[in-house]
Parts: sequence; structure tokens; C-alpha cells
Amino acid sequence: MNWKTFLAILARDAHVARRNFVALLFQTFLQPLMFVFIFGRVMVGSGYLPESYKSLLLPGIMAICMVGTGIWAVAMPVIAEFQFTHEIEDRLLAPMEISWLAVEKVVAGTLQSLAAGLMVIPAAWLLLRPGVDLRVPHPLLFAAVAVLVALFSATGGLALGCSMQQTHIGLMFSLIVAPMIFFGCTYYPWSALGKFPLLQRAVLVNPLVYASEGLRATLVPQFPHLSLLAVLGALVVFNFLLFTMGLKKFYGKAVS
Amino acid sequence: MLAGIRTRELRKVYTSPPPVAAGVGGFSFGGAKGKGKSKQPKPEIVALDGITLDITPGEIFCLLGPNGAGKSTTVGILTTRVRPTAGKAFIGEYEVWNNQVAVKRLIGVVAQRPNLDFNLTAREILTFHGAYFGLSAYERAKRAEALLERFKLTDRADQMVRGFSGGMMQRLSIARAMMHDPQVLFLDEPSAGLDPQTRLLLWEIIREYNASGKTILLTTHNMEEADALCQRLAIIDHGRVIALGTPRELKASVPGGFLLRLRFGPHSSEFLKRFENLSGVREVRGTDGSGADLYADRGGSLVPEVANVASAAGVELLDVHISEPSLENLFLHHTGRSLRE
Repeated sequence: MNWKTFLAILARDAHVARRNFVALLFQTFLQPLMFVFIFGRVMVGSGYLPESYKSLLLPGIMAICMVGTGIWAVAMPVIAEFQFTHEIEDRLLAPMEISWLAVEKVVAGTLQSLAAGLMVIPAAWLLLRPGVDLRVPHPLLFAAVAVLVALFSATGGLALGCSMQQTHIGLMFSLIVAPMIFFGCTYYPWSALGKFPLLQRAVLVNPLVYASEGLRATLVPQFPHLSLLAVLGALVVFNFLLFTMGLKKFYGKAVS
Repeated sequence: MLAGIRTRELRKVYTSPPPVAAGVGGFSFGGAKGKGKSKQPKPEIVALDGITLDITPGEIFCLLGPNGAGKSTTVGILTTRVRPTAGKAFIGEYEVWNNQVAVKRLIGVVAQRPNLDFNLTAREILTFHGAYFGLSAYERAKRAEALLERFKLTDRADQMVRGFSGGMMQRLSIARAMMHDPQVLFLDEPSAGLDPQTRLLLWEIIREYNASGKTILLTTHNMEEADALCQRLAIIDHGRVIALGTPRELKASVPGGFLLRLRFGPHSSEFLKRFENLSGVREVRGTDGSGADLYADRGGSLVPEVANVASAAGVELLDVHISEPSLENLFLHHTGRSLRE
């Protein structure tokens, strides 16, 4: 393993992210924060939703921001760089095993996802206050869940980006990402699906469920949530599967 | 350390569409992707069919051939991007497939299509490339400045490359490939789309780089370029080497050297044999009933005699094209096809 090369490529990604910072900011936060404002502020303020919904919503919004950022940060460059600009070729020829380039993409995506997750908490809190009741009884557990969620977003981005044709980017969002968000227990807790037992079971194949429920369990444990052990176990399994699949597909794209 | 290039019986069979980089554009796929449950055998495309080459360190070697001949696939295998189906390839002492990282340190690659990093400026493209190869910040800045100067890109150095012209992108691609001072430089169709002035600058830079002992492998379908630049060349077609040698040797191997391509009105095959008796004619080949290719050791002075033979036989001479000794004639002689077809 050649760390110098790995870090230089990571530095390139950081440089590009810095250059596109403002665009990234809008892309990541605008939509979720508008959602926070309408549902957390307008709907609660006008009495259509209870005050406690503010605290319930925040972990879900954090999950959406993190997963959206990670997928976008990895999948879009992978699709464009392999199929359109071919600009990844220079890095494929860098003196490092090709698979490490996929690892680098996952590390870069994970870091961006974590940054997005950590930035959305104060932003949403400012929009929602007063009435947000964040407890975070175990900061270390919260950190572990956050890292696993970020990793999930990046490995998911790698697997998606390496499986999609450039012409299917629109489909990727409407067929995969949007249903994942709506059936991902982001705007409601998993227990709220109790009246729809079939749906409640079915959504368990959606990794975002574990991301939102995990963040809910560690940020606002006063609400009902899935067991933390199940969350951690599921996220580890999903991360492993998505990473293995992404790595294989990435290699297939890089070498013919 | 000087490094040469060797290949032994390289074969590559694609079972899925080859990447555009491999440039196997000349092939067509037999069956489209099968719908339904029945599994159709994947169409197999033989891109390389046993290529053996020995390129000595410090040589400028050229692969000449039409589109789809296997040039880019050969370069792909030698640069770790294509896995050979059979056979071996070596850069210096390293077998390519099993020593990819060591090989990548020795090579610089200019791909056929532009693949510059659109998120960076011209200077950053060079300095980041240097960083991937472990150069110090000082060394990176110094080399980037020198290369930008040499390739006449200094005034656009700090602009994003998105707005660059094709020629500027090509120059920057070559500068980038030289940034880590590789022992072996691969240039896949380097002068495609360049204006004549830039092409001359490129040739000058390639010769200069070669003068420092570096090995250069370039692919082209431009005979003039192969002739002007290469010490030796291999002509490849359908994944096989059909001729190998110095440009002079290869041109001398064409019977006579001159080629007269003749087109006639309706005529018999007996009629063509009459040309064999003209002085200086070495070989006569019929071309699908429409005429004949005459290989001869003289050109224009043969035309009146050809016209005489035709009018004596009552056959109309429709068209005459004379080419002087060239690699184009050589390719035609070996394959019966023009390089440009």
C-alpha cells in the first residue's frame, strides 16, 4: 500500500470539494432545511403537529443529509469520471493498487457525509428552537452510529455509481433514493408503522431505516426506536455487502 | 534505469463491449444483448491475436494500423488497464499484470481521448499528478512550471481546463504524462486533431525526450508521422503484426516501391496480364474486376505505356493514381486495403 499516493488523491478530492463548497452547501442542506422549516416550524407552530415532533424529526433529517451527501459525493463523480470525462484514468495510473482508489472514494465520501451530518444538527436546531430536546446519553455510541451511517452512504454511493449508466442518473434518484428516503423512517419512527405490519416488515430491507433509527436511538432516546444492537449489526452487514459489491464493480469498470 | 518493452504472444478476446479507450471501433457485435431467459453465448471479439514485440530501451517505436487493428488494446495491456487473455507483457524486467504498481512507476501514458481532470486548473493537473507519484512540493512546482513553458501553456496555466481547445488539452495531457519523468512513454494517437504547427512542436518534444534515453511507444494511423518519428515500427492489422522493421526497410520491401492504382472500363482478367510485360512492373494485382494495382519501380513514366496497352485492347482507362514509395503502399501490399479505409 502506497500511503503517499493515497493521501495525494485524497488531497485532490478535498481540494475539489473546497472549490465547490458553496454549491455543495446548497445541494446538501437547502431541501432538508426547508423541510425542517415547514414541518418543524410551520406545521408545529400552527398546531397541526405536536411540539415533540421537532425532536423526532431532527435525527431523520440528519440521516437524509448524511446519506444524500455520501451517495452524491461518491456516485456522481464515479459515473461522470468513468463514462463522461474519463478523468479518473490519471488516478488509475497512479502507483497504487486500483482497489485502493475505490477505498479512497469511500473515505472521501464518508468524511463529507460526516461533515454534513454534524453541520445539520446546529442548523436544524437553530431553525426549530425552542422545543428541541436532544439528550445524547452516550456520545461514543452516537459517534459510532454516525460513522457507520456515513460509511453506509459512501459504500452505497460506490455500489450505485459503479452500477449505473450515465443516462440513468435521473432514474437512480427517483427509483432508488426517493423511495429509500420515504420508506426509511426518516420523517417518522419505525414503530409508527405498527398499523401497517406488512410494510413495517418490508421496510427492514431498507438500510436507511437503521440509519434514522440509530440516530434517533442515540440523539433522542426518549422516543421509541429499534434496538441499538440490531441497528449496529444491520449497518455493519449493509456496509460490508455494499463495499464488497462496489469494489468488485469498480474494478470491473477500471480494467477490461 | 532504462526500460524496454517486450510482449510474448499477447492475445486479448473481449467478451463484453471493449472500452472506447481500447478503440476497437472497427468491429461490429454479432448479436445484440439477448432478451428473455435463454442465455446466448456472449459475442467474442478477438482484439489481439498473438502479438510479439521486442522494443529496446531508448527506442521510438511505432504501432501503425487502421482503427480497430489492436493498437490501443496493446497499449492498454502494457499500461495495466487491459487484462490479457493469454501471453505476457513486460516493461523493463517487470511482467505487467503481476507487477502493476512497479510498472505504473515506470510508465507515462497519453490516452487517445482527452482525460484531463476537469475540476482542476492546468497547473494543478500537473502538480497533483506529481503528488500521486510522490514528488516533493518544490519539485512538483518546478517541473510543472518547466513543462507549462515547454508546451506553451504558461499563459493559461491557472485556468480550469474545461475551456481549453482540443490542441491545448492534448499538449497538457502529454506534459502530464512526462511530469514524473517516466522511463517509458506511451502515446496513443498523439497528433490526432492537432494543427500542423503543434504537431511539429510535439515531434520535437518527443525526439528531445527520447534523446535522454527514454523509450517511446506511439500508435498512429498517420504514415507521415511514423516515417518522420520512428526508428522502428510494426504494422498491425486484425490483432496481428504483419510487418516489422525500420521505415526504410519496410518501404523497400514493397515490390518496386511505386504503386499505380488503375481503374478500367469492362475488361477480362487476361487483359491485366499484359501489364506484367511492361518494363519496371514487379507485380500486378486485380482489384475486384474494376481495375488493378501495379507495383513498379517507376511511376509517372509508366502511364503512357499503360494507356497504350489499354487502347490497343479497346479497354477504357478511367482513372490513374500514382503513389510514391510509402508505408501506405506497404500496408496496401500486405492487406489489400488502404490504411484509411
